[in-house]
Amino acid sequence: MSPINLIGGLITSDLRMATPILLAALGLLIMNRAGLINIGCEGIMLMSAFTAVAATYALHNVWLGMLCAMLVAGVMGALFALLTVSLRANQIVVGVAFNTLGTGLSTVLYRMLFGMDFVSVKEYAFSRVSIPGLKELPLIGEALFDQMPIVYLAFLLVPVVAYFLFRTPTGLNLRSVGENPRAADTLGIDVYKMRYAATIAGCMLMGMGGAFLSTGLLNSFQEGMTANRGFIALAAVIFGKYKPKGVMLATMLFALGLAVANLLPSIGSNIPYNFVTMIPYLLTVVALAGFVGKVTPPAAAGKPYKKG
Amino acid sequence: MQQFDKVKFRNNMSLAARQIAISALAVIAALAISMIVVAAMGVNPAKAMSKMISGALGGKSAVAETLVKMTPLLFTGMSYALANRCGLTNIGMEGQLYIGALTATIAGVYIQGLPMVIHLPLTMLAGFLGGGIWGGVVGVLKVKFGANEIITTVMLNTVATNLVQYMVTGPITEPPGDDAQSSPLLDSATLPTILKGTRAHLGILIALLFVVAFYLFLWKSKKGYEIRVSGQNPDAAIYSGINTGRNIMIVMLLAGGLAGLAGATEVMGVQGRLFPTVSPGYGFDGIAVSLIGANTAPGIVAGAFLFGILRAGGNSMQRATGVPVAIISVIQAIVILMVVATGFLREGGFRKKKTSQKAA
Repeated sequence: MSPINLIGGLITSDLRMATPILLAALGLLIMNRAGLINIGCEGIMLMSAFTAVAATYALHNVWLGMLCAMLVAGVMGALFALLTVSLRANQIVVGVAFNTLGTGLSTVLYRMLFGMDFVSVKEYAFSRVSIPGLKELPLIGEALFDQMPIVYLAFLLVPVVAYFLFRTPTGLNLRSVGENPRAADTLGIDVYKMRYAATIAGCMLMGMGGAFLSTGLLNSFQEGMTANRGFIALAAVIFGKYKPKGVMLATMLFALGLAVANLLPSIGSNIPYNFVTMIPYLLTVVALAGFVGKVTPPAAAGKPYKKG
Repeated sequence: MQQFDKVKFRNNMSLAARQIAISALAVIAALAISMIVVAAMGVNPAKAMSKMISGALGGKSAVAETLVKMTPLLFTGMSYALANRCGLTNIGMEGQLYIGALTATIAGVYIQGLPMVIHLPLTMLAGFLGGGIWGGVVGVLKVKFGANEIITTVMLNTVATNLVQYMVTGPITEPPGDDAQSSPLLDSATLPTILKGTRAHLGILIALLFVVAFYLFLWKSKKGYEIRVSGQNPDAAIYSGINTGRNIMIVMLLAGGLAGLAGATEVMGVQGRLFPTVSPGYGFDGIAVSLIGANTAPGIVAGAFLFGILRAGGNSMQRATGVPVAIISVIQAIVILMVVATGFLREGGFRKKKTSQKAA
């Protein structure tokens, strides 16, 4: 394998592996900007990864499968908002419970529907859309012009989310709810409504990420298949300093770690796999401690707001 | 010196009664919901339920199994409750447990030639220190660098599980290194069984001793009082001259140590060696245990007993009815959600809420 092909292949798999994490991270970013911390991303991704496979299997259409997964994630988001916004429950504890729930329920439901069988949705799974000609470019051709549609969509969402958050009035309102809900309330912004909307939309993006994981990256559901991707997404939001572009670069960096870790055995390297997979988390801890510039989370993130 | 305050006493009693009612309702609702799921799977819920209870409480070995599952839950429950009393959210118990299991294994395998009376406590101490350092780092990062403990603990969980995985496949793997596991702990570092012919080990008694210490520390010592004040009202704590920063670091160290002991007793009493998956999530279960128990010593014992029953009974339910043991996670998640969703009932109930709702 020539070095050019090797690096080209690495970029291709980097972008593909970054996609589910990026989608989830954008969802978390929107929630975070509205003042909500969702530790339960992992559980939501697992539930939607399961739903996508089950629905694709039943409906023979991977897009409908993803839609169902996003609906399930949206319902979970509504529940999250009900508990943390209306009932002012501790967001962290609810998030942890969501992880437990997602892990348990996806396993139980899968066994209920398929027993111990291995179900593959390979014949319906997302396939690549390539642009002839451009695809033949060396190094970046395959990475940029021969990917699955969701990969394009995820990266297109980065400027869209950035524009929404920083250039539209609704985005400004959303951020003000996350920074100072009391002031936002005084200005006539419905804090609860905004937080509900941000949670449901954010969780649907996480659902999209989970669905792509099981029907794009792979063709089946496995118990606990998210393998901490929900937490990597959480890390990416912080490491990306709560900005869409930063979040994108962080997910690409972290996914590169995953891609390299998978590549290590095949190139005969003896760097332990586990050390490479640790990097995103350690980097985030370092970033949080302020060693790589200050990370400022939205001021009201994690705090319940009481109308009054 | 302390006068008996009738009104205060009555208030405290009704608060406790309300707490018990909320916890009990949460558990009943969670069981009801999950039995609906079981029924949807085509299994008779009554049969599943009775299998679970007989698997956890029917007979000597079943009870022993419940005690085995209770042990780590007591430690992680105390870990979360201690940090929570100081106003901290320790989501990192799973990682602290893993590191505690790792350091205990190293002490239990490689320190040789010691009599049991020295080796056993030493191995437990190693587990406590391992988890304590893993938690203490979080405290230092929070106090000295302002790093939010919620996120750092979440991140360090994954670092810990990866570190354990690396260690058991690399440096401390059992020769010749075919399996991902450490060598077995020496007999002098193994917790003896307390019920003949079962798996129940000394760890449960040690854990219960720690519950007593936990109570005495938080409610009968000056440091414990400071910690509870810092948790309830940080500003008041600072004004009254309490060094909240130092207390946060101490609490994270102790909380990490408690979670580390959960890992230590697992390898020393149950598994006998270190596997890459030491815990099926005992670290996260601790949150549910402490929530059910409202961060009190007797509450934690009750919560650990309850989830011990679920964990022990879940396995025999799966064997007898085919209902996957993962249903336990569902029950547990619903319990947590029910407890936090009804939290406002504890803080004054409906009356206040109704008036504010009308105003809104």
